[in-house]
Amino acid sequence: MVHDTQDTVLEVVNLKKYFQFGRRAVLKAVDDVTFSVRKGEVFGLVGESGCGKTTVGRTIVGLYSPTGGKVLYKGEDTSRLKGAEVKKFKRRVQMIFQDPYASLDPRMTVGDIIGEALDIHRLARGKERLARIHELLNIVGLSAEHASRFPHEFSGGQRQRIGIARALAVDPEFIVADEPISALDVSIQAQVVNLLSRLREERGLTYIFIAHDLAMVKHLSDNVGVMYLGRLVELAPSAELYKNPLHPYTQGLLSAIPIPDPRVERERKRIVLEGEVPSPVNPPKGCKFQTRCRHAKPVCREEDPKLKPVAPGHFAACHLY
Amino acid sequence: MAGERLLDVKNLEVSFYTYAGKVHAVRGVSFHVNRGETLAIVGESGCGKTVSVQSTIKLIPMPPGKIEGGTVLFDGKDLTAMSDRDLQSVRGAEIGVIFQDPMTSLNPTMTVGRQITEGLIKHQRLSAQEAKRRAIEMLSLVEIPNPKERFRQYPHQFSGGMRQRVMIAIALSCNPKLLIADEPTTGLDVTIQAQILDLMKSLQTKLDTSIILITHDLGVVSKLADRIVVMYAGKVAEAGTSEDIFYNALHPYTQALLKSVPRLHEETKRELLAIPGTPPDLFVPPKGCAFAPRCSYAMRVCLDHQPGDFAAGGSHTVACWLMDPRAAHVRERHAGRAEDAGARGGAS
Repeated sequence: MVHDTQDTVLEVVNLKKYFQFGRRAVLKAVDDVTFSVRKGEVFGLVGESGCGKTTVGRTIVGLYSPTGGKVLYKGEDTSRLKGAEVKKFKRRVQMIFQDPYASLDPRMTVGDIIGEALDIHRLARGKERLARIHELLNIVGLSAEHASRFPHEFSGGQRQRIGIARALAVDPEFIVADEPISALDVSIQAQVVNLLSRLREERGLTYIFIAHDLAMVKHLSDNVGVMYLGRLVELAPSAELYKNPLHPYTQGLLSAIPIPDPRVERERKRIVLEGEVPSPVNPPKGCKFQTRCRHAKPVCREEDPKLKPVAPGHFAACHLY
Repeated sequence: MAGERLLDVKNLEVSFYTYAGKVHAVRGVSFHVNRGETLAIVGESGCGKTVSVQSTIKLIPMPPGKIEGGTVLFDGKDLTAMSDRDLQSVRGAEIGVIFQDPMTSLNPTMTVGRQITEGLIKHQRLSAQEAKRRAIEMLSLVEIPNPKERFRQYPHQFSGGMRQRVMIAIALSCNPKLLIADEPTTGLDVTIQAQILDLMKSLQTKLDTSIILITHDLGVVSKLADRIVVMYAGKVAEAGTSEDIFYNALHPYTQALLKSVPRLHEETKRELLAIPGTPPDLFVPPKGCAFAPRCSYAMRVCLDHQPGDFAAGGSHTVACWLMDPRAAHVRERHAGRAEDAGARGGAS
């Protein structure tokens, strides 16, 4: 297993999430994914569109119920929580959404968007509620006067800050950030990423950071999981993964990212991934990556490799190892 | 041939007249593209990079848009003085365009084949049969498997990456001298992006086309560009060769932009430099330098007077008052600070 230490807060065990399409087609968005997250760490989840990374995040916070497997938060199975326990769990685990334009109700003031969480969990009322909203706005770098405004009056970066303030309102321990910066301009991305780092230090937060921008994931994360077609194909400490990628998919993915430095870019050896990701409704037999893999052997077409330890703390799901 | 310049844009001014008032989107922009080279125009959303380039061939909606000044010389012809009819023989024939969104820029009701042959029949006056042969040739040139079958299919039968290949085939079908690629890989996954960029690079050498690459992604720029124009708030902040911009950036905005992105090959973690604040509202263009309110080196002159273009050796130009000889002492004082600017950062 991936974890052993006492300070594990989240365990995702053999998680499956299938979506039914029509009568016969089943989309296996997440298929048997296992990993764990320690307290205070940033766990990065990367992969291309359709790999299931967002579905993992949504299933963890309870927006989807798992088809199979379980999510354990501090040892408790989150799908078995009832009534008040659910509410308590949702106070501890919050989500920041990808699209800062679609995830804020345009008819609510910013103050009410942030205050709604306080109301639901009965955390503050009246003057105290207002003071708390102002405090939250300050924490994310906005000002108190913004509370009476509406989302459309803000830029993308500011909206993402509002989304972060809303997540922080219930004083969570754990945040699932689903592509929190991909809709933002680069100079603004740095603002939001630095804010997330600062909040982690100040409040001891734990993050799952879901993104397709591998450079940003490397920058922010302690451990990184790489997903492909619903599977976790590699899992390693961030520096190790980038220095020594083991899975052919990870190697191709890293090699595909252009580096903003022409001299380095010119001298880089490239591993080109041919073709495209197959349809998740009808994935290939055996290893899901075999159709694009340079090293595919007969066994890869038959048997789906399991995630196994290859080096200390470094796991890969590949028949090469 | 008069010089190396294929496209020469001077003092372009473009505004949009909206209900909320006039937006001065492009405020005196000059740039040029040499034959056979790739010019990248870089900047964040709303900086005017797309409008500047699309205005040169009048692709912006008019109204509300209006080209209010400037000249555009393409291959010796003044495009601004051309009638719409004459311009039509340039667009698509001599200048090809790839748009950002391959999902919406192809016509869903027409087969891919017809969309490629359309230009060939109109501009090159090929017969339907010749056009078809050429279109299939183009499809295999952009490395689409089974081009003969693909010719008869509709855009929805193609993936995002394949659609972008079709767009490239359409844009290049008439052998244009200039290809405008507006965020050609935004929205594509990185492994597909790498394929498309490789394809563009190899086609450029094969067909000897000049490229204007509009993008916000500095990684993509470093891979393709020979020269770079950095835009901010409707103006050119800095221009130069790829080496000038990546290794000797002199404008504080360019410097900050380069420090705000993490780099995959770096081993150490440094804090990203966040540029505080947001770009100005071009409904009310700033009196002085547009970057001054966000600039950590801003001087009093920056707030009241717009800087001109200062030459910085070769084709390198910088629109910043720090380049003025009278600001030499400020520049020196900041030289040390710029080094550790990467360590500062922090949210605004």
